[in-house]
Amino acid sequence: MTPRFDPHDPLDLDSQLSAEEIAIRDTVRAFCADRITPHIGEWFERGELPTARELAKEMGRLGLLGMHLEGYGCAGASAVHYGLACLELEACDSGIRSLVSVQGSLAMFAIWRFGSEEQKRRWLPGMAAGDTIGCFGLTEPDHGSDPGSMRTSARRDGDDWVLNGRKMWITNGSIADVAVVWARTDDGIRGFLVPAGTPGFAAPLMHRKLSLRASVTSELVLDDVRLPADAMLPEATGLGAPLRCLNEARYGIVWGSVGAGRTALETALEYAGSRRQFDRPLAAFQLTQAKLADMTLRVHNASLLALHLGRLKDAGRLRPEQVSYGKLNNVREALDVCRTARTILGANGISLEYPVIRHMTNLESVLTYEGTVEMHTLVLGQALTGIPAFRG
Amino acid sequence: MNIVVLVKQVPDTWSERKLTDADHTLDREAADAVLDEINERAVEEALRIKEAQGGEVTVVSMGPDRATDAIRKALSMGADKAVHVSDEALHGSDAVQTARVLAKAIGTVEGYDLILAGNEATDGRAGAVPAMIAELLGLPQLTQARKVSFDGSTVTVERETEEGLTTVQASLPAVVSVTEKINEPRYPSFKGIMAAKKKPVNTVTVADLGIDAGEVGLAGALTTVLEAAPKPPRTAGERVEDDGTGGTKIAEYLVGQKLI
Ligand SMILES: Cc1cc2nc3c(=O)[nH]c(=O)nc-3n(C[C@H](O)[C@H](O)[C@H](O)COP(=O)(O)OP(=O)(O)OC[C@H]3O[C@@H](n4cnc5c(N)ncnc54)[C@H](O)[C@@H]3O)c2cc1C
Repeated sequence: MTPRFDPHDPLDLDSQLSAEEIAIRDTVRAFCADRITPHIGEWFERGELPTARELAKEMGRLGLLGMHLEGYGCAGASAVHYGLACLELEACDSGIRSLVSVQGSLAMFAIWRFGSEEQKRRWLPGMAAGDTIGCFGLTEPDHGSDPGSMRTSARRDGDDWVLNGRKMWITNGSIADVAVVWARTDDGIRGFLVPAGTPGFAAPLMHRKLSLRASVTSELVLDDVRLPADAMLPEATGLGAPLRCLNEARYGIVWGSVGAGRTALETALEYAGSRRQFDRPLAAFQLTQAKLADMTLRVHNASLLALHLGRLKDAGRLRPEQVSYGKLNNVREALDVCRTARTILGANGISLEYPVIRHMTNLESVLTYEGTVEMHTLVLGQALTGIPAFRG
Repeated sequence: MNIVVLVKQVPDTWSERKLTDADHTLDREAADAVLDEINERAVEEALRIKEAQGGEVTVVSMGPDRATDAIRKALSMGADKAVHVSDEALHGSDAVQTARVLAKAIGTVEGYDLILAGNEATDGRAGAVPAMIAELLGLPQLTQARKVSFDGSTVTVERETEEGLTTVQASLPAVVSVTEKINEPRYPSFKGIMAAKKKPVNTVTVADLGIDAGEVGLAGALTTVLEAAPKPPRTAGERVEDDGTGGTKIAEYLVGQKLI
């Protein structure tokens, strides 16, 4: 028997998921519905994440933090598990997904992949549990898309390292217990673990954001920050190391952005069914149906792409160019879906009473961070033509 | 302490619940099935007791193949193993038959000290099965528990009913059924979810339990549903005009409905 058509799963993608994958997805969905969704509009409006620490601990209990890493208290889940979790988190809010992405895929991954055994033992279990929060400092005020030109420096002084510089737009910065800071040294770019409270280190909050408001974004100030020799990540040599971390987090965005689009679509679908104008529900107008059909194609094609890339990743076959493909397509589509959904909601579309405008403005950040649309276009351009067009 | 928890797959209270036209049994296709919320609380209580005192938690469930989802959920929350009674012959069994089957299934679990169950399922809402099981096993029954504690081999329960609160005690082994107030169930952790598929689930038929298939199911049920009709749509309600006595009238109404 062919199953009936489900407007929420028009491609019957659930049939491609294992019982375990569905269980993980449903757990994150339930967690978000109980603990985050009731408050997220207010947090966004206030521009705060007041219970970030508590949330992190709850997420740690679930196993969300660094969930796709093995050992050191991490859940050891698959790439598809991780993707499904990102999707549900971002269906709630991109800022919440960012908290988890930065913790797991940037900060924890950097330590897990490039750290010494001792660094892993010291930091990872607490980070997996959500007792310790991490951030990842690559971007600087004057160097974003081109981090290879960074100014932040680390110089040797005896056995110690002394760091100087500024980082900008650092997610989780002000609440972090440990910052993974990338700095230039005499022998290329290296990563350093900077515990909060180290003299000379500060992480002031950045204000006046109109996007990702339910997420902590900070500056990192490093003025003669003295660190012992073992603060450096021994295995991370060169720009490739932070880029490797970004590739992990980006993979999560491929999935996460689908969630944001899904929420916008579902909100619009429901609204179109109940709101009446000219004596008919909005859903009865052909123009509305065209929008709904188009949004559905975009959201679920993106979902299909995410699942496909996830399966490739689990099979150890996923290339960074393919992650660029996914990020470029899925974020762009999700943003388009939000904008269309917003029109269906009319004036309510701009109100925080509904999730649509929140997702729409959030996605403006998601479009830019972890590699802008232009950067991923150039990555694909180079992969297609063999010619790098980044400079000159 | 070794604990048996009874769990049941029920139609999600959010989905439309129907009886089939053919035999007035639950239309299991019509609604999403989930682990009954009250069972989640029973599982949670069992896990808390286990975490405090050690021991093993065994889930026992009777139901069609789909009940494996409810069992998996309980296992992913942290239960250790499960017994699943699954048999075509069980279709349409009533409360007494269910209790008999479950009592036999519980009998396959070695050395249990406590049987935990939800007070009443959100579908049938008979609320009789835990008491019947206690009777069949010759064990004390402590129903409607909102708090459970132990002292050696004595279990103490705060029992809450519409009449008020009583404290009841029994010696173990005993049957305890819990209410909504007992606790907030945990979310299954990812590690728990991934570990669940490796935990043993013993699937048995009624014959395996030494029960004759003729004793169970719709045909042999002691109760029969003759007719079923959907709930009539909500009526307009009663309107109280406030001519100064509005408050009193509302209070009288609420007392009449036994709401206060
Ligand atoms: C909310 C938020 C959170 C963030 N969190 C973090 C974090 O945790 N850690 C971190 O390190 N960073 C973080 N970032 C920073 C983010 O990664 C950068 O903003 C991003 O890399 C872009 O850099 P930029 O803003 O300096 O833009 P620029 O690099 O100045 O780019 C400006 C524009 O020029 C385009 N452009 C640049 N070069 C080229 C080129 N060669 N060809 C064509 N177009 C080009 C870009 O695509 C873009 O459209 C965050 C940003 C935001 C908004």
